[in-house]
Amino acid sequence: MPYSHTVRGMKHTFADLRTLLAKASPLRSGDQLAGIAASGAEERVIAQMTLAELPLSVFTNEAVVPYETDAVTRLIIDSHDPQAFAPIAGLSIGEFRDWLLSDEATSERLAGLSIMPEMAAAVSKLMRVQDLIQVARKISVVSRFRTTVGLPGRLSTRLQPNHPTDDPLGIAASILDGLRLGSGDAVIGINPVSDSVASVTHLLRLIDHVRLRYSIPTQSCVLAHVTTQMEAMQQGAPLDLLFQSIAGTEAANASFGVSLELLDEAHAMARELRRGGLDGETGGENVFYFETGQGSALSANAHHKVDQQTLEARAYAVARRYKPMLVNTVVGFIGPEYLYDGKQILRAGLEDHFCGKLLGLPMGCDICYTNHAEADQDDMDALLTMLGAAGVNYIMGVPGADDIMLNYQSTSFHDALYLRRLLGLRPAPEFEAWLAGEGFHQLQRLGQPAALLPPEVAQ
Amino acid sequence: MSREIDSREIDKLDEPQALPTTARLSLGLTGAAIPTREQLRFQLDHALARDAVHTLLDIPALLHGLQQRGRAGFVLRSAIEGESRQKGRHLYLRRPDLGRTLHPDFAQALRDYAASTPEKPDVAFILVDGLSALAIERHALPLLDALLPTLDDHSSLAPICIVSQGRVAIGDEIGHLLGAKLVVLMIGERPGLSSPDSLGVYITWNPLPGRTDAERNCVSNIRQEGLSYNDAAQRIAFYMKEARRLETTGIALKETSAPESSRVSD
Repeated sequence: MPYSHTVRGMKHTFADLRTLLAKASPLRSGDQLAGIAASGAEERVIAQMTLAELPLSVFTNEAVVPYETDAVTRLIIDSHDPQAFAPIAGLSIGEFRDWLLSDEATSERLAGLSIMPEMAAAVSKLMRVQDLIQVARKISVVSRFRTTVGLPGRLSTRLQPNHPTDDPLGIAASILDGLRLGSGDAVIGINPVSDSVASVTHLLRLIDHVRLRYSIPTQSCVLAHVTTQMEAMQQGAPLDLLFQSIAGTEAANASFGVSLELLDEAHAMARELRRGGLDGETGGENVFYFETGQGSALSANAHHKVDQQTLEARAYAVARRYKPMLVNTVVGFIGPEYLYDGKQILRAGLEDHFCGKLLGLPMGCDICYTNHAEADQDDMDALLTMLGAAGVNYIMGVPGADDIMLNYQSTSFHDALYLRRLLGLRPAPEFEAWLAGEGFHQLQRLGQPAALLPPEVAQ
Repeated sequence: MSREIDSREIDKLDEPQALPTTARLSLGLTGAAIPTREQLRFQLDHALARDAVHTLLDIPALLHGLQQRGRAGFVLRSAIEGESRQKGRHLYLRRPDLGRTLHPDFAQALRDYAASTPEKPDVAFILVDGLSALAIERHALPLLDALLPTLDDHSSLAPICIVSQGRVAIGDEIGHLLGAKLVVLMIGERPGLSSPDSLGVYITWNPLPGRTDAERNCVSNIRQEGLSYNDAAQRIAFYMKEARRLETTGIALKETSAPESSRVSD
């Protein structure tokens, strides 16, 4: 259905909701590549004005990707709770922005909000960077495994000790370096080069050995395909968090080799292991670690002419289904054809964090860029500082910010220390207590990373 | 307030340079920050990677190198052509689709060439700047020197194509227009912080526009600190031989006893 709006005596019409959303989206190269971006600055603002006038409930009537052919749309529509939505159902999208920023939208009320991802995406398109920070800061989403991540005033990190050949000693050296600098309270997570079950199992054993030996309150993850991790679990691998990349359309998820049914199955299997749990409980419910990022649907040619930011928010509907431990938007990894420069990466990172939090997800961000993007360390510092102010749950910790396996730049162990010091943020409470104890002290005095290796690997 | 991490409490690693990793470890701490020396080392590495991305291919030098080896070169350009040099590079980064397609004039030139050459080649070697012209300039000819003598003498080669502002998939169109059975495409990989000149090689049987990366085999990280020319040549020769034997490339070839292959990226 077409949407029209008259601005200064001139009537403007947009063919349908997805067209309107795409044209209202702040400029980014991925929407231009898809041929759906606004033709110029004026059309973009007129689209935003048109969008601001629409009722929030428009999304309950018109799907941007057809219900019949897309499982993510069905998940969004079928899980929508009209009763919880009722208090804000009468607002326009513009009024929704005003309400989110108002003192009426307290942390408690925001936590109880029930909206569709497209609503979060739509309102974000009307928001400036300070709005995205201000509202997100009001929302805390807390998840628990062996640490409690996302409490107000806390900042956690994923220790990311990747190595181009999965060399155990090389990985152990990076783990040691990170732990000594206070990194790793969200997860110690390795992107493996090899997706084989044997290799994934070896790496999980390595992390588990270090964790047990030095009594570190944290969790392990090896970011292989979910089916590989399922096989590893069946063979008895000590898997804590289950990883998978997800996206906002059924077809894009299919390109990752996953469906909701498969994720359901994997989720049940990982919960069955009952490895998490705090304060006497066993088997916490937060076991998934999801990664997302704007542009993934377009790169899989599965975007249905919907803008990349709206599709990213739809990926959060998939994540939300599983009450994950961690969700990570890998914002600048995809390259300049989707997010061209530091400005586009910065805004996208803040949008993703805002939308994720608004949808109730424990959002972290891989603040990152590739060498073919128009970005540098200064841009990352800006996004890092802003996300800290916005209350991001966790960021990455990579030795010297240089991931020698994935060939991109993320945040360093030092970056997390900077942010904690600058904003007075502390690690997860369990990890903070560990930092004051013997295990940590022992690691700081260790000269040989080989001491971290399990006996069967070390010899 | 929790206690700060204190650099004085952290012991140095014993012989960090002996560890099997190039990760930036034991950088030290000043306050919460990375000390100046390491900070500037990072900046220099980033500068080299950035310059590699934006350097344009020195085509005359490559042609000269081929001529010295008694090989003919065929210069082609992608659909990015027509823009000024630097503007073209920025367009290249935004529009991978244009980098996967030949400019119509050059497609026509290739068609004319093929029409005038009745015998279809077995193999087409294609050199593409990709994201690092530096990689092609440094490694393409030495790799050919290592590879060509190992090939079966009976296979016929197309003239070696040199493509500027191209991506991996442009090889499908070129190979198809030449009527080649097999394409071996060398391309500059996305520069990493410590690898501005890494070369990747993609092997594709029966090249046709629309082929996916799953239908190719890849040998990557060819550079001085990475895979050597001889090792790379051995792997490429293996894939070429297997491709001819099985009449396919890609996943079907992956499970064999090939020396480890790497991720496909473009």
